[in-house]
Amino acid sequence: MAAIFQGVGAAAPLSSSPSNSFDSNKSVFSPRRSFSVRKRASFAVVRSDGIVNLNPKGRSAQRLISNAVATKADSPAASSSSKPGHELLLFEALQEGLEEEMERDPRVCVMGEDVGHYGGSYKVTKGLAKRFGDLRVLDTPIAENSFTGMGIGAAMTGLRPVIEGMNMGFLLLAFNQISNNCGMLHYTSGGQFTIPVVIRGPGGVGRQLGAEHSQRLESYFQSIPGIQMVACSTPYNAKGLMKAAIRSENPVILFEHVLLYNLKERLPDEDYICNLEEAEMVRPGEHVTILTYSRMRYHVMQAAKTLVNKGYDPEVIDIRSLKPFDLHTIGNSVKKTHRVLIVEECMRTGGIGASLTAAITENFNDYLDAPIMCLSSQDVPTPYAGTLEEVTVVQPAQIVTAVEQICQ
Amino acid sequence: MSTAFSAANFSTQSFPLNHTSTTTHDSPLVFAKPTSQFLRSTPKLRLSSFSKLNLSRRSGTVVAVSDVVKQKKSKSTPTLLITKEEGLELYEDMVLGRAFEDMCAQMYYRGKMFGFVHLYNGQEAVSTGFIKLLKQQDSVVSTYRDHVHALSKGVPARAVMSELFGKTTGCCRGQGGSMHMFSREHNLLGGFAFIGEGIPIATGAAFTSKYKREVLKEADCDHVTLAFFGDGTCNNGQFFECLNMASLWKLPIVFVVENNLWAIGMSHLRATSDPQIYKKGPAFGMPGIHVDGMDVLKVREVAKEAIGRARRGEGPTLVECETYRFRGHSLADPDELRDPAEKAHYAARDPITALKKYLTENNLASESELKAIDKKIDEVVEDAVEFADESPVPPRSQLLENVFADPKGFGIGSDGRYRCEDPKFTQGTAHV
Repeated sequence: MAAIFQGVGAAAPLSSSPSNSFDSNKSVFSPRRSFSVRKRASFAVVRSDGIVNLNPKGRSAQRLISNAVATKADSPAASSSSKPGHELLLFEALQEGLEEEMERDPRVCVMGEDVGHYGGSYKVTKGLAKRFGDLRVLDTPIAENSFTGMGIGAAMTGLRPVIEGMNMGFLLLAFNQISNNCGMLHYTSGGQFTIPVVIRGPGGVGRQLGAEHSQRLESYFQSIPGIQMVACSTPYNAKGLMKAAIRSENPVILFEHVLLYNLKERLPDEDYICNLEEAEMVRPGEHVTILTYSRMRYHVMQAAKTLVNKGYDPEVIDIRSLKPFDLHTIGNSVKKTHRVLIVEECMRTGGIGASLTAAITENFNDYLDAPIMCLSSQDVPTPYAGTLEEVTVVQPAQIVTAVEQICQ
Repeated sequence: MSTAFSAANFSTQSFPLNHTSTTTHDSPLVFAKPTSQFLRSTPKLRLSSFSKLNLSRRSGTVVAVSDVVKQKKSKSTPTLLITKEEGLELYEDMVLGRAFEDMCAQMYYRGKMFGFVHLYNGQEAVSTGFIKLLKQQDSVVSTYRDHVHALSKGVPARAVMSELFGKTTGCCRGQGGSMHMFSREHNLLGGFAFIGEGIPIATGAAFTSKYKREVLKEADCDHVTLAFFGDGTCNNGQFFECLNMASLWKLPIVFVVENNLWAIGMSHLRATSDPQIYKKGPAFGMPGIHVDGMDVLKVREVAKEAIGRARRGEGPTLVECETYRFRGHSLADPDELRDPAEKAHYAARDPITALKKYLTENNLASESELKAIDKKIDEVVEDAVEFADESPVPPRSQLLENVFADPKGFGIGSDGRYRCEDPKFTQGTAHV
């Protein structure tokens, strides 16, 4: 996302600061305001003749952006040497965020399996143990329920642990502690104890990792009262969300995706965080609102390329905050486009999409011109075979078909 | 019902682990080295009458306090285990625990409190014996049988009773209830309804203590954590996982097992392959101690050593206290499975009666002083009930207040403002 802005130049006041820096220092921040500024700055739409119904007040088609996938740094005006900031892969961005927070506050510590000497199974904690010591970056035995509980107990008594599940699926073993203690202790203690933990780990469907390593736990955790859930999708928001989660007084579960760790993006040098409760506008549009998160964002953007060539103008929002939903950004979008498509990697039954459908129907039913469509993964354990795995998750072709169907 | 274990087998078996007999030592406890130690006094009462239930699982552990004293008096200089002040403090704490729990039962049957209420009658020696040795900054983690742990740690009886009545003046604002007693001020970290889930929390508190000392360089931080749990929990994974981690990192924690032989209706002997829980300590590299949990002085001696060990940074200890609950598992438990003879046997070892006898026989306190304490406690408990009765119930506006420490966690509403800023939220009428 940041790459595209850099290419356009400092047209709008907000482009000098990072695109998604919803500064939590500002008391109530209206995303709407920043959105309209950004609109002028960068995004362009391929205008095809007559088919697309443009907003009469709308943008002028400034430039053709050939690539609708946000993070590929190939915008025409980009030149790497003169650009500020530094390029990082997503796992390095997570590490940088974590390291900065550990420097900033000595109470921040990490615990998990192989986070210390091994550097983390996906290298998110690489080098931290050497720098901060074995107690601050704690290699735990394989006892998820207990070390998650230990992190919660440490949080109650003054520390700020970041608990890593080597794979999100392993946190199923910690469900007791996450549900009963993490989510509920602040309430049952009458507000006496806070639990500022961050529980993070890679999840999602990878490349033939098998059923148990390909789980999406966001749907299992979403009912737990008292926790927040966020899903990162770009290096920029990964670092921002990691930092915001660590600084938050609430317990936050940060969902990362196994296949996104090697995405590259240019990040600003200065300190920034991403607001935990806000959604991210990836691509403004007029015809249909596509709500997505994590890896599916890239499938959606790939489908958007095709859709744009076919004359559609999809608005793509990365909801980022899985619990609670940012009903403001989502609502504004629904009010504009009147059509909603949800694309998620979660299972069909009881997934994030199901909750989101309910929330939108409850709040914005009057604005809808068509029933909400929700594309989710099939309700099957993820098969090992590549061909079968491919069809359990949503593919760009399905997204294109769905949009065509909705926009009829 | 037959188990592989019986009194007869046990007494002839030599203990397979290293241990030293402690019958002739000055104190009832020896901590020579971190191997399994078995606290054993001269056998006075055989449990053969319970052979039908195969109840006895160790030899000769049933000794009243006075017998220990008689032993000690046989040596040249009689040394008392406590001073007068300490004795009165212990007595008062145990009487408070007993009177409070009895009042809870009354109030429950009168419809003032509801749900699951688990009473601690009979186990007071463990709570008093351990917790009265702690400083305020030390932490205690308990289970659902936590009223008396709260009281021993210093939570006012008024706050606990109000919490049980569900009033807003309760220690958790009425939001926790019987099984979730918390106090930040007194470092009581709960109150947990699921067995075993408090043990990792206690391990975390001990981890913080070590972290403060070694990472944050607060050199004098020697806070100790006590984790209380029962015999049933000792078959749970979290118990073993935490024994491992605590021993691995030498955390300042004491694991206190209140073995009252029963997990609701499940006898410890029917649930456990090796019923001697203290043996599980050395398997993880920490000392495992067994102590008579009906004797507050013995518990206190063991506790001193275990807490001292933790404070000095020598690591955790597993202490198994043999104790008994006089009432059922909870107020809803008809308690039909336990043998009346077993109950009578332990009733005869009532820790309060035993301490009373010790204090009076050693001229540490007079009958009238003890009676004065009884009366004082009755007044305290009455006052607690009155206070709880008169306290207000939580208003509706309290419903959403403590869900999140940072209420921004409720998210952004459709109007662009944080939902917690909506007046309906503070009134409790918003629908989340």
